Amino acid sequence: MSWFSVSRFGAVLYKEFIQMRRDRMTFAMMIGIPILQLVMFGYIINSDPHHLPTLIEMADESPVARAVLSGMETSDYFKFEGIVTSAEEGDQALRDGTANFVVVIPPNFERDIVRGLSPKLLVSADASDPTAVGTAVGALSGIIDTAVKQTFQGPLAPVAGQPPPFSVVVHKQFNPASKTSLNIVPGLIAVILAMTMVLITAIAIVRETERGTMETLIATPVRPLEVMLGKILPYVVIGYIQTVVFLIAGKLLFGVPFLGSGLAFFIGFNLYIVVNLALGFLISTLVRTQMQAMQASFMTILPTILLSGFMFPYAGMPGWAQVIGSAIPATHFLRIVRKVMLKGAHLADITGDLRAIAIIGVVIMLISMLRYRQTLD
Amino acid sequence: MSTTPADSVSDRSEPAIVVKGLTKIYNGKKVVNEVDMSVPKGAIYGFIGPNGSGKTTTIRMMCALLTPDGGEGHTLGYDIHKDARAIKENVGYMTQKFSLYGDLTIRENLDFMARMYRVKNRKKVVDETLRTLGLEGRGKQLAGTLSGGWKQRLALAACMQHKPALLLLDEPTAGVDPKARRDFWDEIRQLSKQGVTVLVSTHYMDEAVQCDYIAYIAYGKKLIDGPATEIPHQVGLTTWRVSGPDLVQLEEELRADPRVEQVARFGAQLHVSSTDSAGLDAVVAEKSGENDARKWEKKEAELEEVFIYLMATAADNFGVNGGPSA
Ligand SMILES: Nc1ncnc2c1ncn2[C@@H]1O[C@H](COP(=O)(O)OP(=O)(O)OP(=O)(O)O)[C@@H](O)[C@H]1O
Ligand SMILES: [Mg+2]
Repeated sequence: MSWFSVSRFGAVLYKEFIQMRRDRMTFAMMIGIPILQLVMFGYIINSDPHHLPTLIEMADESPVARAVLSGMETSDYFKFEGIVTSAEEGDQALRDGTANFVVVIPPNFERDIVRGLSPKLLVSADASDPTAVGTAVGALSGIIDTAVKQTFQGPLAPVAGQPPPFSVVVHKQFNPASKTSLNIVPGLIAVILAMTMVLITAIAIVRETERGTMETLIATPVRPLEVMLGKILPYVVIGYIQTVVFLIAGKLLFGVPFLGSGLAFFIGFNLYIVVNLALGFLISTLVRTQMQAMQASFMTILPTILLSGFMFPYAGMPGWAQVIGSAIPATHFLRIVRKVMLKGAHLADITGDLRAIAIIGVVIMLISMLRYRQTLD
Repeated sequence: MSTTPADSVSDRSEPAIVVKGLTKIYNGKKVVNEVDMSVPKGAIYGFIGPNGSGKTTTIRMMCALLTPDGGEGHTLGYDIHKDARAIKENVGYMTQKFSLYGDLTIRENLDFMARMYRVKNRKKVVDETLRTLGLEGRGKQLAGTLSGGWKQRLALAACMQHKPALLLLDEPTAGVDPKARRDFWDEIRQLSKQGVTVLVSTHYMDEAVQCDYIAYIAYGKKLIDGPATEIPHQVGLTTWRVSGPDLVQLEEELRADPRVEQVARFGAQLHVSSTDSAGLDAVVAEKSGENDARKWEKKEAELEEVFIYLMATAADNFGVNGGPSA
């Protein structure tokens, strides 16, 4: 006896396709809902984050420079993570997401201030998540102004009094216009895919139990893997359609670019879909009715929206929330999508995220294979 | 490759199904209570009992769809605890409730089932099934839109396409019209002649009499089983037949008498039965004294009376009032 029969797998797959095609309502919703969500979220969401990871490139160690930095840190918006020594290092950190800001203090900063040369303090910001960066950048000039006033007291007070002793240049990378929609659209891909993929697989399987067809199905020699794959694959196709719809609508409605590697996106995307479908399959093994399947699916969707970094910047979340967030596939896929679409990332930039999704996926699949009942008990 | 039953069952005399002490507990209640059963190879084995007596549950355990909470057994020589897959490959199970896909067409359903069992020459087999069913022209109709009786017939055909050595049929003819039922039983007998074993649960008396063997189950307990011809003796039912005037009146009087367990009308005769032989004889003595015009005749109960008797206990066994608890 073979452990996997292509014939049986094919039969389940084919059957699922037919059923999906005949269920026009669900089919229409699976395509329609993403567009609706895209429009709604794209125009609405905003937030006010804190403690954003920041790196410093210090070419001047003067008291003024340090005052500026401590002013930034005490403001709550920024959290200094370390020192970089070159511009490339800073750019890389922004690209892979280790930092949201890189502050560059130019050489002879204090001396130039005293000489009235109005030196430029450069702040590079990862604006691919504009809600995270926007407010912080907005607060920046106030913070620095205060810091300077505190430093230049006594004999140097006149320096501080003069109009702008130095200027702050904010260099917004990846999303120069700070359009929230630019960030929301890629994030939405992750959330909507999770929502529909988990829900429809869970329902498709529980439907068999509810309608009684499960009894005939498991009375046949069909194996769990054949059922699982046969049921999951048709919805992979739905996931493809949704994503294409998204990318096109995102481009047309919000002008969201796609700067990075298509291959990196494709790999991450497939992996993500499979993990979500497996999660749906797992839910279906835990519940008895379609109603329960729906509720359980929504249970998984809440953390996906709240803790994945979709609604609130991941870096700004409390530690415990980050721990939970890191176990959610959307958290990692979200990073992949933002990096690839907005920051032009390539495969090498997303390997860590891919690995995380893969690990989550393997765990989910193992549990669901163990849970799948081959009897009616 | 699918394993044929011949691989493991060489001895022709070994029963197709043997179970010992088979038990299933739901919510603390033994809905199947230490059932022993042996279904000989090639036999048509009738499984009867009131609603909720545990027939479906027993059948499900026999085809490894349910894990027994107690007892052991072999189906086609395969252990029901360990060899679920081999059992599933070689058994055709027709569920009581229609459980094919309502949103697939008739042909798609047959094709799906054929693929599940990896039937060779699938297209030909499916065509053949459609033809035997007399549904060639309706292959494209959605199964869900079939009438109740046709659904049954489709389900039955679907579970036989892979030519299983054993058929487990759970009320296969419920709601099927008399002509189709006759055809169905003709086919069952045909299959049985070819060596296929058929276990069939039914509530129809006229079907029970067609079986070679009978098991009667109530409250999850198997009360009677054996060759059909021995069943009347096992039940120990005494029957009097009476013909003559005013049978309607007599029937009412007899029904009211506690010593009479069953009064059934067969044409111009009443068949009056009871397991209380002495009590019944006394009743007959009284009644025959009242009216000489009636003719009374004592006969050993026939299968039909016995089945009517057995099935008359058809209150839901584990229903509202509950059976004897486990
Ligand atoms: N999954 C289950 N959970 C709880 N109780 C169950 C379950 N399945 C069956 N039962 C109970 O077990 C008892 C036997 O049921 P079963 O379906 O085997 O009866 P049956 O003889 O097939 O009845 P019928 O003639 O109505 O089909 C019933 O009381 C039923 O309520
Ligand atoms: Mg039943």
